[in-house]
Amino acid sequence: MQAMVYRGPYRIRVEEKDVPAIEHPNDAIVRVRLAAICGSDLHLYHGMMPDTRIGHTFGHEFVGVVHEVGSSVQNLRVGDRVMVPFNIFCGSCFFCARGLYANCHNVNPNATAVGAIYGYSHTTGGYDGGQAEYVRVPFADVGPSVIPDWLGDEDAVLLTDAGPTGYFGAQLGGIVEGDVVVVFGAGPVGLFAARSAWLMGAGRVIVVDHLQYRLDLARSFAFAETLNFVEVDDVVLELKRLTDWLGADVAIDAVGAEADGNLLQHITAAKLKLQGGSPIALNWAIDGVRKGGTVSVLGAYGPTPSLVKFGDALNKGLTIRGNQCPVKRQWPRLLDHVKNGYLRPSDIVTHRFPLEHIAEAYHTFSAKLDGIVKPLVTVSGA
Amino acid sequence: MPYTKDKPSLPETSEQLRARIPGWGADLDPADRPSGSRERFDPGATGAHWDVPQQQPQRLPRERSIEHGRLTPVFGTAQPLHGPSGAVRRYAYRRFSEGRLAHWLLLVLGDRMETAEARMRSYVSRRPDNPLAETGLIGEFRSHGLRSRAGRVDRRHQLLDLVVVAGPTLLRIGIVTLLVRRVVRAVVKVARSTPDPSRPLSRGDSR
Ligand SMILES: NC(=O)c1ccc[n+]([C@@H]2O[C@H](COP(=O)([O-])OP(=O)(O)OC[C@H]3O[C@@H](n4cnc5c(N)ncnc54)[C@H](O)[C@@H]3O)[C@@H](O)[C@H]2O)c1
Ligand SMILES: [Zn+2]
Ligand SMILES: [Zn+2]
Repeated sequence: MQAMVYRGPYRIRVEEKDVPAIEHPNDAIVRVRLAAICGSDLHLYHGMMPDTRIGHTFGHEFVGVVHEVGSSVQNLRVGDRVMVPFNIFCGSCFFCARGLYANCHNVNPNATAVGAIYGYSHTTGGYDGGQAEYVRVPFADVGPSVIPDWLGDEDAVLLTDAGPTGYFGAQLGGIVEGDVVVVFGAGPVGLFAARSAWLMGAGRVIVVDHLQYRLDLARSFAFAETLNFVEVDDVVLELKRLTDWLGADVAIDAVGAEADGNLLQHITAAKLKLQGGSPIALNWAIDGVRKGGTVSVLGAYGPTPSLVKFGDALNKGLTIRGNQCPVKRQWPRLLDHVKNGYLRPSDIVTHRFPLEHIAEAYHTFSAKLDGIVKPLVTVSGA
Repeated sequence: MPYTKDKPSLPETSEQLRARIPGWGADLDPADRPSGSRERFDPGATGAHWDVPQQQPQRLPRERSIEHGRLTPVFGTAQPLHGPSGAVRRYAYRRFSEGRLAHWLLLVLGDRMETAEARMRSYVSRRPDNPLAETGLIGEFRSHGLRSRAGRVDRRHQLLDLVVVAGPTLLRIGIVTLLVRRVVRAVVKVARSTPDPSRPLSRGDSR
């Protein structure tokens, strides 16, 4: 089969690989129909995630058709059209039993500090991902769901990560009616977080980024006010000015490890890899939120330390919450919202690349060229 | 005003927002949200029909974090450890917990080593690395590289980005060129200093 393959930082190509085999009775093999590239994949692509091995196939956002099932699989049948959450989880451990599906203890031997994710290095379990024709899906009775007939592939693939993650992030903020919410990052995750903040009753939503074309989408897709941080000298000060000098009630970091806007932080983290991530947006969130407020962290950071302004967080009495999104926990409600027409996930899709052109797709998405917001990867051989 | 007890007034009322934004307030009750409570004990909800999952067979020795009491029942089998980078990574797993910086720094070292190993191997393989294709640079031309970058904050370090991306390759090319030049020079030197046996000995020559 054809699969995207990592060849070292900033380099990928398509290679011929064996179709994955059933390795556990509850495995399924899924033939991928459509995949997507996530902002998280860029952290791998840039060589920021420890234990990213040459030959690894990325991709944790994909939908497809069940091709083969293991002997103990009961809930899926060959031929089912399925969406697969980016988390791999067992459904029966201490954490899964409590709904912490992103923090499963039974699937990632390489680390206890993070769960398992498809195609996301060995630090998250060493599973090849879905930017390929076929993918091994462990715990087929637990993770995947059959896609309802009324939902198209493009909407479904956005519900395997970006959509639920933004929705989850708004929940972590504990938003109550009338709250002022500031979202850092107008990528797919930030856009969904901003849009979801309204579902929870936000009174104002402000989105911060430096890419004007994405801020335009924040206005039209997420109905938000926008702040382009290239245009202001001091983001935190500007936020205070915009919020009657109190600060926002809730701040959401949807940027993560490669945040830009402070040369020292960006270079020591994203370029020299001396920090687990460049916490520029996180620090802006900590300083821009009001005392007693909540910071919701969706942006991904690596396992090594980062220069976070913890003193400010402490002195302001902040609540800081974060996690990888437990995707399947969001589905029932989020699917209702989609069905009710409250949001259409595929509205943010801007680019569709065939698998053969995936190197170009990664470069275009990484360098944020051509107005790219969400790139999909079409798998034609399947 | 912020210096009094009241919350600053909002530009729009809830009613206005409800009218303007599809789904506004659909999840108004904080307790009634999918992840509204962080932990929600409900083991029956997951679809799992086992107490402990069956153990996936281990065909190759599988490295694991020493913070785990056992090999997890299920694990990824992609890209098993190999070569010198594999030895470094195996050591990182076996020796240091995730709490230790050394664990992660060794894994990062393993990553850089494996990239170098792969590059070397690629040059003698049937499919050598093609830096131009693999970096997707065609996107610069097809997707308006220059125009897309106007007015962005990352313009300030774009040159550095280029060094990060192309640096290692240029460095390798440089080292290889130097080595090749050395070897060529040495060979030439040896060739020159080896006396030609067909030439008759002249006076100054000593053997
Ligand atoms: N927690 C989870 O479950 C989860 C899931 C998916 C993605 N993520 C993470 O969320 C983050 C965003 O993902 P994405 O797909 O939207 O990525 P993306 O790269 O498309 O978007 C990131 C955006 O942040 C902007 N940005 C950079 N520096 C900024 C700053 N200082 N302030 C404000 N904006 C800034 C960029 O211009 C870009 O538009 C990534 O770190 C990703 O790893 C987390
Ligand atoms: Zn993701
Ligand atoms: Zn589990």
